[in-house]
Amino acid sequence: MGESVRNALVMKSSDNVGTIIRDLNQGEEACFEVEGKVETMSLKNSIPFGHKFALVNIPTGENIIKYGEIIGRATSDIPAGAHVHVHNVESLRGRGDLEVKS
Amino acid sequence: MKIMGYRRSNGDVGIRNHIAVIPASVCASVVAERIADQVEGAIALPNQHGCAQIKPDLDVTARTLAGLGKNGNVAGVLVIGLGCESLQVDWLAEEIASTGKPVEALVIQKCGGTLKTQEAGLRLARIMAQKVSIYEKEEISPESIILGLECGGSDATSGLAANPVHGYVSDKLVALGGTSILSETTELIGAEHVLVRRAVSDEVGEKLLKIVSDCEKRANSMGVDLRGSQPTPGNIEGGLTTIEEKSLGCIYKGGTSPLQGVLEYGERPSGKGFYVMDTPGQDIESITGMVAGGAQIVIFTTGRGTPTGSPLAPVIKITGNPRTYQLMEENIDINGGTIITGTETMPEVGERMIQEIAAVCRGRLTKAEALKHREFGIYKLTSTF
Repeated sequence: MGESVRNALVMKSSDNVGTIIRDLNQGEEACFEVEGKVETMSLKNSIPFGHKFALVNIPTGENIIKYGEIIGRATSDIPAGAHVHVHNVESLRGRGDLEVKS
Repeated sequence: MKIMGYRRSNGDVGIRNHIAVIPASVCASVVAERIADQVEGAIALPNQHGCAQIKPDLDVTARTLAGLGKNGNVAGVLVIGLGCESLQVDWLAEEIASTGKPVEALVIQKCGGTLKTQEAGLRLARIMAQKVSIYEKEEISPESIILGLECGGSDATSGLAANPVHGYVSDKLVALGGTSILSETTELIGAEHVLVRRAVSDEVGEKLLKIVSDCEKRANSMGVDLRGSQPTPGNIEGGLTTIEEKSLGCIYKGGTSPLQGVLEYGERPSGKGFYVMDTPGQDIESITGMVAGGAQIVIFTTGRGTPTGSPLAPVIKITGNPRTYQLMEENIDINGGTIITGTETMPEVGERMIQEIAAVCRGRLTKAEALKHREFGIYKLTSTF
């Protein structure tokens, strides 16, 4: 695989999100390696450099996994290839807002 | 790794030869700044603390200012006090003088005001500047180095590229017998379960979990979602979604070495190896804490780009973001964006960073030093009273 093709990174094989390392438009293909195997995915949104996309369909309430660890929880159903960020992921930590309500 | 440094009389090592003019309180800060402005090699540490602080906060200020004066990069110290502040000048001067380095102290209320204190202070600082100017560097062991590991203005590339470079450098230094400090407790929230596996004892592991839990409780007590403060709006724009994601990227700075201990803010490590210090995620206060704990050099990853330095320790910047390097090259020493573009590997950039550390120890100025970036702030727990 030529290095020029690589436009996304997946840190661990258990991750359900990848990171885009070149601005990509809706409909373009993210190209990345998982354990040495090259994979591609058509993007459902335009995604800027450094932002994440879903590697699989992630239902509401499911954990978001990056670095093989939980980084938050889906607040809506996220289809594979969609932008994953603050609009559809909440943090599970530092949630003083939830403590006050409970 | 050949490192040059100044050997101090107590065995400590410095890579810079500053004279620190340290105000014991906010009330002495202007006088301290004016003295330092007029003496070659003198740097003031103006601050807003030292008086009307409740004891736990005053203890942090005292430990921090004393630690900064004791730092190996400081060749001599002039302490300036107002006279009636909580943090007493005599204590601060004696504490720093325990290192054997030259220390002088002046009290504004005894000298008779601003101008008389400045005149006396300038004379003392001038004599000290000449005295320390003849100190020479010699080859020193990497065992004498305490390296501060910082990140600021993070984006997605920090965890993917630049922070792993820090980890690589930290592990190399620790293998050579040196010491590294990972700080920023806020940025351990969500990653503490990974880091705790490296603790050398249950006690160290429990202390790590406690500082993170206490930090999260302090944040939660404000009754709001931490997001927006951590990760910051800039972190979010750079692709970081939650504090957990930011933290999991942050801990790459600490490499893979065993965690020897957990330090209070500004506390000096009692041994060698890899340590965590309990500091806020705010970069300036975090760096101050590590330098007060003895760090002579700080390496700093930034995805979004930041100009910050430190008054007493050289700060070497690296970015993992190739665009940020292009945009802010005047502030960033090393381009680690090559890891993202695939033209260099992480260990190759790590070796470049090690070479840069050696060059900066020999005397090469970092970009933050050359531009006199001397941002300074001391952590505090609560309001003054």
